[in-house]
Amino acid sequence: MSRTKSISRRKFLVATGVAGGGLILGLNLGCTPVIPHTREGSFQPNAWLQITPDGQVIFQLTKTEMGQGVFSSLPTVLAEELDYDPKKITIEMAGIHPEFADPATKVQLTGGSNSIASNWLVLREAGAGARAMLVAAAAKRWQISEKLCSTDDGQVISPDNNRLSYGELANDAAKVGEIDFQLKPASQFRWIGKPDARLDSVAKSTGTAQFGMDIVRPNMKIAVVVRPPYFGGAVQSWDAGSVSGADGVNAAFAIHSGIAIVADSYWQARKAAKQLVVKWDKGPLAGLDSEAIRKGHQTALAEGEPHIAFEKGQLAPVIQRSQNVVQAEYASPFAHHSPMEPQNATAIVTGKSCEIWAPSQTPDMSRALAAHFSGLNRDNITVHTPFLGGGFGRRGYPDFVGEVAAIAVGVPGTAIKLIWSREDDMQHDFYRPATYHGLQGALDEKGRLLAWQHKVVSTSIIQGLGVNLASTVLPSWVPSSTARSLGKLLGDTMAEADPTTAEGAHIPYDADNISIEQVLYDPGIRNGFWRSVGFSHNCFASESFMDEMAHKAGTDPVQFRLKHLAQSLRHINVLKLAAEKAQWGSPTNGLSQGVAVTAPFDSYCAMVADVSVQDKQYTIERIVAAVDCGIVINPDIVQAQVESAIIYGLTAATKAPVTIKDGAVEQSNFHDLPVMRINEIPLIEVYLVSSNEKPTGIGEIGVPGVAPALANALFAATGQRLREMPLILS
Amino acid sequence: MVAFTLNNNSVNLDLSPDTPLLWALRDSLQLNGTKFGCGAGLCGACTVIIDGRSTRSCVMPVSSVEGKSVTTIEGLGGNHPVQQAWIEHNVAQCGYCQSGQIMSAVSLLESNPSPTEKEIKSAMAGNICRCGTYQRIVRAIKTASHSAVDRTQFYDAAPKNTPAESQ
Repeated sequence: MSRTKSISRRKFLVATGVAGGGLILGLNLGCTPVIPHTREGSFQPNAWLQITPDGQVIFQLTKTEMGQGVFSSLPTVLAEELDYDPKKITIEMAGIHPEFADPATKVQLTGGSNSIASNWLVLREAGAGARAMLVAAAAKRWQISEKLCSTDDGQVISPDNNRLSYGELANDAAKVGEIDFQLKPASQFRWIGKPDARLDSVAKSTGTAQFGMDIVRPNMKIAVVVRPPYFGGAVQSWDAGSVSGADGVNAAFAIHSGIAIVADSYWQARKAAKQLVVKWDKGPLAGLDSEAIRKGHQTALAEGEPHIAFEKGQLAPVIQRSQNVVQAEYASPFAHHSPMEPQNATAIVTGKSCEIWAPSQTPDMSRALAAHFSGLNRDNITVHTPFLGGGFGRRGYPDFVGEVAAIAVGVPGTAIKLIWSREDDMQHDFYRPATYHGLQGALDEKGRLLAWQHKVVSTSIIQGLGVNLASTVLPSWVPSSTARSLGKLLGDTMAEADPTTAEGAHIPYDADNISIEQVLYDPGIRNGFWRSVGFSHNCFASESFMDEMAHKAGTDPVQFRLKHLAQSLRHINVLKLAAEKAQWGSPTNGLSQGVAVTAPFDSYCAMVADVSVQDKQYTIERIVAAVDCGIVINPDIVQAQVESAIIYGLTAATKAPVTIKDGAVEQSNFHDLPVMRINEIPLIEVYLVSSNEKPTGIGEIGVPGVAPALANALFAATGQRLREMPLILS
Repeated sequence: MVAFTLNNNSVNLDLSPDTPLLWALRDSLQLNGTKFGCGAGLCGACTVIIDGRSTRSCVMPVSSVEGKSVTTIEGLGGNHPVQQAWIEHNVAQCGYCQSGQIMSAVSLLESNPSPTEKEIKSAMAGNICRCGTYQRIVRAIKTASHSAVDRTQFYDAAPKNTPAESQ
């Protein structure tokens, strides 16, 4: 674990330059902008960390906090190597800077369960490098070797117990040149691996945490937008007079997405919206409904030209020869995100500049979209990120930021807070696409898996991301309309082979003949990343079908999986742990069990569901989960994320789904899109596999396995194989 | 004009009488701890306590709280046993619904200081949490119920001790 490394030349320049004063100017004149929230005179060894001479240790949080715990875990990683109690760090939501871009996507996107995975080494090095510079500064002052110095929670200590605080050393540390440093061995971790309290816990238990919804600016007005309910629909005509005299209303005008109404308060804006007279053009999807989409899926499965995502052996002849073939079709519906905080954003346009407060998973894509819809240059737009009241993928789509920018530019000099209603949120979501799955499997005479085919029919999620990606990544001098055209092209090019379409369909099981295929089918409904993305529907199909194969082979579902998992010790470990903790094979009287094992986002998760069934109703009594996500920063947050994902997954697996009628979403609020409530929850037990592997994802890990574990338990209880979510016994 | 008591202070508001209490709190008084979640009394994010009863402020016209006593999350003072239990159990994830959850829990313990698990789940069923913190909510309420021996402390807005430390 320990290693020696030099701070990169670029980071070193930032380090020495900021305290010297000159480099800020230099950076401004060059192409790299100043890191937002830089304090003049602070020791800034890298983009994430500053230490001020008066002893403040300031951390820039480059991933947005939406419940998954990065506000606690990322500072802890840096603090561990800096040797400074994470609880004492001042944490700031980072502004936009190239240094903060995700290495994989090149944008500042929080998603893909990669916050810890992608920042683990970077932040450790940032902390360790800073600590080495502070030690060097102290050693120089004491005229002793650095090797004789130690550190303890914010102080450098000499052999004769002289102590200098990090603040006292800040100025000198900023003048330290290039330096070698070592990372701590895991055995010396003091904060990593401990179930410490979340650093946002007090604020979130006292009503003081500031969400986007809570932003208040001087003389701020509230805006709502009345949008066409139809996908691809438009305003045909509207009567400004229907709202012009309404109580508290300041302005009403058309923007790209509908009619914006600006009022003194939300209630006044909402009341005016209800009396707005508007006629809609239903657009290209008029008449489309869920039944037609299902038929489209089935036609695509039967006739569509598949893209081969993975192929091994000879599928067709093997299936033809086999005496033990199973075939099945699976389906999952459109799924809504419904974070508890409805979409919102605040903006003020002053001259050619704009300041935005947006609870978004992607501040730089938000800025690009704001630039496009306001006509302002994105270099003149500042984005602040408050806490997010849930994200789950929805807030990776900053459509609400584009709207607020368009409204704010219409009333320059006035701060505007745009607030969506719950109905807006549910009817204008970026839904998990409805998908359809054709599976075939064959066994040999000994009951071993011989062949496996999974054909996924889905819309491409990546396709729609192209526009936002391109307009964020391309230089700001590229006109946004050009960037968007290029992005559209990019998205269209990636659609057919979109890797998220078949993710989770790639089974870990040994079989000589495997074919994983995907067929593109796009009914035109807005779609997007939904917690665990492709894994959420593909694992439902593949882990349910694995159970069908086990049943065909007459083998216990856990044993059948273990028999085909020789290649992956980490799959085996979680599966055995879950089975052991759930007393697999000897369930509590009257209960039936189902199992699933998945490996989303480089982590491993096995689940056992215990159910009881009475008539056609079932009760989920318990979910046992075993997880291996490598080294754990905070085991309590990891467990909480798995508990969270299980509840989120169970809503999608058991509750009424989003359906389409006449090109619009039929549902509107929690009465017709119900979600799991506290009186419906199973007992959840989460067990962690101890690991020295590098940390991997956790926020989405618990979603994919829960639906198939439940479906398999219901099969064990009733003999009914439920192949479509939501799972309803007949 | 409507007059009521808010967290032990009297307030007077000149608002359209149909304005929901939620928006009176948020837009007129900038008391933003109480959250907007659904606008239809379905999710509980806006829960406040009115004369001892947990109430959905998003569907409660401000005119109907005339002369009544309203307690919001801010009125708990930050060191309430329920808030302490919430911190102890690391309940909050995104945290958006937690003001409403805490107010429902406070109201439950006021009427039933030692609820069973079933009673807790039944009383809290009106509060949605999309982060799925439910299991921890149940445990936190059990913890708070054990420490909540003095009924009167639930509506005392004045902090009693030093602010709760992170565990």
